Amino acid sequence: MPIKSIDPRITRANIEIQNKETSKENKVLEKLDHWQTYEVFAQNKRGEHYSHVGSLHAPNPEMAWILAKEQFGRRNKITGIWITKTSDIFSVTENEEEMFELNSEKIYREAGGYKVMDRINKFKKENKKISEK
Amino acid sequence: MYGGGNIFEKPENEIQEDPVKLAEFEARILAGEKIEPTDWMPKEYRKQLIRMIEQHAHSEIIGALPEGTWITRAPGFRRKLALMAKVQDEVGHAQLLYSAAETLGKPREEMINDLISGKSKYSNVFNYPAVTWADTAVIAWLIDAGAIINQVANSKGSYGPYCRALERICQEESFHLKYGHDNVVFLATGTPKQRQMVQEALNRWWPPIMHFFGPSDKISVHTETLMRWKVKMASNDDMRQKFLDMYVPKIWDLGLTIPDPKLRKNEETGVWEYTEPDWNEFKRVINGDGPCNAERLAVRKMAEEKGKWVREALLNRNEMYSVPLS
Repeated sequence: MPIKSIDPRITRANIEIQNKETSKENKVLEKLDHWQTYEVFAQNKRGEHYSHVGSLHAPNPEMAWILAKEQFGRRNKITGIWITKTSDIFSVTENEEEMFELNSEKIYREAGGYKVMDRINKFKKENKKISEK
Repeated sequence: MYGGGNIFEKPENEIQEDPVKLAEFEARILAGEKIEPTDWMPKEYRKQLIRMIEQHAHSEIIGALPEGTWITRAPGFRRKLALMAKVQDEVGHAQLLYSAAETLGKPREEMINDLISGKSKYSNVFNYPAVTWADTAVIAWLIDAGAIINQVANSKGSYGPYCRALERICQEESFHLKYGHDNVVFLATGTPKQRQMVQEALNRWWPPIMHFFGPSDKISVHTETLMRWKVKMASNDDMRQKFLDMYVPKIWDLGLTIPDPKLRKNEETGVWEYTEPDWNEFKRVINGDGPCNAERLAVRKMAEEKGKWVREALLNRNEMYSVPLS
């Protein structure tokens, strides 16, 4: 058999190489052929929060976990993985950033909203005057 | 591995966008903020990003083929292991990138269909065969070097999910570069026959490497808007110059020659001069008429078709597809 290609998949598996015209009509994959999506959370170090690292396609949570381990724990050391279906995550997208705007008027709940030194100094000064008399 | 450059379409008829939202969007990018999937974005931004990230993903998955071919023939066990790790990385990169593109609203199945039908493109270099072991060394060193230059630039772009994927990818690419360099150095400092082998591989790969960053700025489609939106981060010629500046001296250090008699750095301007690559060949190959286009797509198609029964066996038809979050 003459060697058609350096790629053993072509020569040994004997794949038919199509011409450009016929390949145009190909639709190899249908909807959901690559399954649903999962979101992956990983912990980089014990003691740290889990944080979102990416997403992937899997048929069930067990496979999603295995694929996540390979994709997100293969090269960098991590200490744990959580996965969840994307569709199970609830989020609000409209004007999200505005919603989380902090209210700078509520200084009564900030450490910086309490200034006592002026009072203490004033108190000390007056006390000193009294004791000097 | 992806060089980009060649892929932007001229925007179709200017799409009318809400001028207030557009101004906010542009101000945000100008301030160095990232755009996230649920943010408002111009239609043209979405379209061009899908196109670019999708092509990048295809390039990773197709790029694994010419190298994957050599796993069984890699000289020695350590090189076999290293090449397997590299090929696995490339396929992992494709997965990360497909997810980033999906956040913009195109499902992965559609992207793979468009790849197999020839509708979407991928980096042109992978339409050439790796005929010897030295070819894989040159690819791993110089094509990955070019890809890093492109990807480091793009990781400072404006679209959050793409930037995050690229940061991960760049980390792994640095191993590819070292591995490739090691293989080239081994051959270039070896026997006369090994030297000849690596020189011939370099001769074969030089024109595709010069094509890698896409057509010269003089003839490429206008990309000012895409540069302003931080979709495209550097011009094709700028990236090519950067590559030449970093790698030509390293190639010459090994006593190898580069098959371009005009190649030299103009000491006054600091700009590299070279023979203009054959952009007609580039166009011909990218449109399907290269030595390996048909075979690359045939292998990809076979993988999807032969894996179908496994995927179907695991599929629960009641599930619903959701666009990944970020």
